[in-house]
Formats: sequence, C-alpha cells, structure tokens
Amino acid sequence: MKTESRTVCELRDVTYVYPGGTSGRDSGKGQGKESGGETGRSSPEAPGHIPEEIPSGLPAGKRPALSDVTLEVREGEWLALLGSNGSGKSTLAKHLNALLTPTQGDCTVFGMSTKDPHNTFAIRSAVSMVFQNPENQIVGTVVEEDAAFGPENQGTPPEEIETRVRNALAAAGLLEKRKKPTYTLSGGEKQRLAVAGALAMDTPCLVLDEPTAMLDPQGRHELLSILDTLHEGGKTIVSITHRLEEILSCDRAVVLLEGRIAWEGDIPGLFARSESFRKWGLDAPPLVSLWTELRAETQLPLPPVPTLSGMIESLCRLS
Amino acid sequence: MSIIVEALYHTYHPGTPLETRAVENISFECGRGEWLSVVGHTGSGKSTLAQHLNGILLPERGSVTIDGMESREKSPHLREIRRSVGLVFQYPEQQLFAESVFEEIAFAPRNWGVPETGIPAIVSSSLSLAGLDESYCARSPFHLSGGEKRKVAIASVLAGTPSYLVLDEPTAGLDSWSRKELVSLLGRLKSEGLGILLVTHDLDIALQCSDSILMLDHGRGIVNDTPQKVMEHLQSCPVPGLHLPEIAALSSALRRKEPSAPLTYDWKELKRWIKNHAATEASPLTGRKS
Repeated sequence: MKTESRTVCELRDVTYVYPGGTSGRDSGKGQGKESGGETGRSSPEAPGHIPEEIPSGLPAGKRPALSDVTLEVREGEWLALLGSNGSGKSTLAKHLNALLTPTQGDCTVFGMSTKDPHNTFAIRSAVSMVFQNPENQIVGTVVEEDAAFGPENQGTPPEEIETRVRNALAAAGLLEKRKKPTYTLSGGEKQRLAVAGALAMDTPCLVLDEPTAMLDPQGRHELLSILDTLHEGGKTIVSITHRLEEILSCDRAVVLLEGRIAWEGDIPGLFARSESFRKWGLDAPPLVSLWTELRAETQLPLPPVPTLSGMIESLCRLS
Repeated sequence: MSIIVEALYHTYHPGTPLETRAVENISFECGRGEWLSVVGHTGSGKSTLAQHLNGILLPERGSVTIDGMESREKSPHLREIRRSVGLVFQYPEQQLFAESVFEEIAFAPRNWGVPETGIPAIVSSSLSLAGLDESYCARSPFHLSGGEKRKVAIASVLAGTPSYLVLDEPTAGLDSWSRKELVSLLGRLKSEGLGILLVTHDLDIALQCSDSILMLDHGRGIVNDTPQKVMEHLQSCPVPGLHLPEIAALSSALRRKEPSAPLTYDWKELKRWIKNHAATEASPLTGRKS
C-alpha cells in the first residue's frame, strides 16, 4: 500500500440525511453531468446549501443515509465500495464530488471543503463520476458530442478535446459509433458512453457507481481492464459493485451497512470474512466459494486470491 | 398455449441513414410454465425482441403469436395480448409513476376494468407474490431502494394477471441477495404456470434456471437449446459478448486436461469432482499436495 501518498477525498464523521425523504436513498434521478445540473428532488439546490427543514441536530424519525462515516481515499488507490441495496454506497459516492454535502461532519477533496460553493468547480474537475443509470447522464444528441461535454465544460482547448474524446471512445469500445445519435445506443452502449464521458474529463480521480450493471460479460471484462490500465497509470478509482469477482484488482474494500462503515481492509482480508457476508448483503461468487471450501478441506496449492486464471493454473498444472 | 415467434425481423429507422437491423430471422417458442432465457452481447437485439412480445413493437416481417393471437397492426387482439404478456422494463423507475405503492399496483387492474371493490385483494396478492408485505402500500415508490423498486415494478405487472412475464435484465443493479430472491420469485411464478422470458447478461442465472436458452448475436438467433448444450456450444465456439461463467470456464479448462471432469456451472459439483479426483491415487492432482 502506498502509505506516503496524498489524500484525494476525506470524509470525517459524515452524516447525511436526505431532505424530505423518510429513509430514502435516491437512485440517481435527474443528475446532470459534472456541472451541477442536479435537479433530483432529494438533492441540495446548490453545493453547500443545507436544506432548511434539517436543523443542526438530526431530525427525528429519519434514518440517515450515512452515519458517522470517516473515510480517506488515497491517491492512486482503487477502492471498492460494497454493501446491499440501500446501504448508502451511492450517497457516499455523491459526496466525493460535492453533489451532496454532509448534513453533519466534513468532506474534503484535495483539501477543499465540499461545503464551500467556490470549490465546486475545482472539485468536479478533480473527481469525475459515472452514475448508476446512464440515461441520467447522457446529454448530447450524438455520441462524440456527449463524450465532449465534460472537457468542454472544463474549458479544454478544442484540439485536446478531440484527442481526449477519441481516446475515451476507443477505450470504451464506441469509436465506430461516434457519429451515431445517442438514442440509437443499446442500454449497455449507453453505459459505456457514460464511462467514456468521464474518461474524457481526464480527472485524477474517477468514481463509478455500478458501471458494469448493464454490460454483457465481455463488456464487463473490457471495462475492468480499462480500469486496471487507468489504475496502473496512477488514477485514483472508487467503484461501486455488487459483484465481488470484480474487486480482485482493487487495493481496498469498504463495506457499508445501513449507512455505516461495517468493515474496511484489503481484498484477501475481505474474503477471509465470508461468515459476515450475509449480514453485509454480500454474496461470495461461486469461484470464491469453491476456493474457500477447497482451501479448508484439501491441501491443494491454491492461489492467495481466487482469480479464474490462478485457479486454472493451479488445478491444471500437471506433474 | 405458448408464445410463438417465427422468422421475426425488425429494423429501426428503415429507409434512413440510421437504418439498423436489430432483429433478423428469429424463431422460438415458449410455453406457459416454461422458462426461456435470452442472452447476447449489448446491442444484440434482446430488448427489441422483448418489446415485440407484448405488442409495443410490431413485427416488420415474420410473426409473433401469443396463445394463438397474432400481434400485428390493427389486430383485434392487441389489448388481450398486452394483458397476457406482462413486461418489466430494463429500469424499473421508468415504469413507476404513482404516489403510493398501492396506487402503482392498482393501476393495471383498474385499467383492465376490475371493479374498485376487487382492487385491494389484487394489490395484496400481487405484493405477496413479489415478496413484499402490506406495509409498503402507503409508501412512495420513489423512496424505495433499487431492489424494492424492482419488486414493486414486478408486482404492478403481476396485478394485470398475465400468463407470461417478460423481464428485461431484471437483476442489473441488484445486490446478490435481492438477485437470489428475484430468481426464486421467478421460479415460483413459473411453477404456478407463468411462462418466464428472461432477457439477461447473467449467464449464471440463465444456466441455472432456464428450460432453454436463446443466444443472440447481432440480431440473429444462433443457438436455442438446453443449458447443458449452450455450455458445450460456448466451450467450443466463442460468441460475441458472452463468456462461460467462471465455474464453467474452470471446469472446461480441467476437462481439457482430464476428460472425466464434468462440464458444469455448479461449483459444488465441481468441488466434489476435484476432491474425489485429488483423492485418487492415479490423479496428477495428488502430486500437487503439499
């Protein structure tokens, strides 16, 4: 682990209560792209705005979506956010680029408080976000225009936008569709476009909320290898997923349970805690179950982390 | 009683520069009480196909017949077809609109002319079929978690008492336990006589649950067979966008070394084989014991 690296985002005792909602989380209605076009009902009108109905103490009868969350995202790490539906993953992710600001506690990005509206632009130029539902973040009518929206907003020179868009679309496997209207894309292609839009912004930190949910197995594999390459290139990545087989390359995992951090640690450490998975809403993928039980019941030489290639290699190596 | 699709074609924006053939010469049949999964790469035509099954899209060529009623323009049966085939969209929030879960679920039966006195019973049975309790009735569907929204969307489709349920990637974005619950809910509905047509990327689910699997590649149906045959096909010829699930891939790799290994998606079966094999004197795996 890179202990000397800088802190990208830091949450300190963050509690967040959705205004108006009961216990509700918002699954991403109406977010604009990175530029604060947030119109969802349960979001602040402006960064730093604390809704009036929430006094400094927490309102009675409302379950906070996040409670006392303290978390540091370090530069260059790939952090997996895990937990069941409704555990607060998306709410936490939206704190990382000031789409939501803490009801209590503090959140900083590269040392800038997300509560100060003057920091918002700089924060969103540092942290780009791919939302759960790609429909909510596609704003362009043509594929390449949509991917160019982020860098245009950042004031990137046109030639550079062209290069970045081209590279981002190529990485997302959409280069040949770059002239197509966005409405002609399939669900999975829209999801790749959302990723391309975030890549084109070339921010030091990338936050992805279930980016693989709508992708076919190959698309998932390809996206994970894009993330692998970005991670090797030093990008800080925070990704949310329900599939534990997707976190094998991550440095660290954080498990949320009812808005609180239930566990954090490295990936082998997480797989060693499989007895808690049920409680956390996690489920060991079949390969991990096989690996865990074979390790417990046999002396077969199995790899330390249950990757498919590692398992094939270990089990097929014939004497 | 079945859904029969014969030589179906569909082209978006015909005669324009954007012309895209989404579905090409697809045929299959799915009866009541059967589970057919449709798998394929993103953009392979799965959603287009799903939307043909309850008359949202009408065939350009070929035919779609539901329990003997043909789905085509000006068909007198379209209303009945839409009632027989319930469609759960890709994003459940797209189909939720009412202020409360009760109103949401009551919408379909009211639409079909069920008298108001009969509505509460239908709402309550649909909720329980979908694995939700009555406490949800008064809640706003927009304040539910992703998994709960999905269940409400399914309950609201079940309230129309369909004979077939078509689901477009219903497990995307669900956590593992919600996914398992949803799969067992579909299994229950199937055993109660509903035909299940599941559009999915999740080959694990498709292999475990389906009676048959239809694989699409660029709008064409390339294989329509049992899960076991589909695994054998994927093992021998790659299909765009699809990989064998990890356990099946591992078992397939082991089979290349040891033909006695099973080709399976079931990790418990594979574990049994590995353990038995490791215990056998002649096994090369024995040599790996440390």
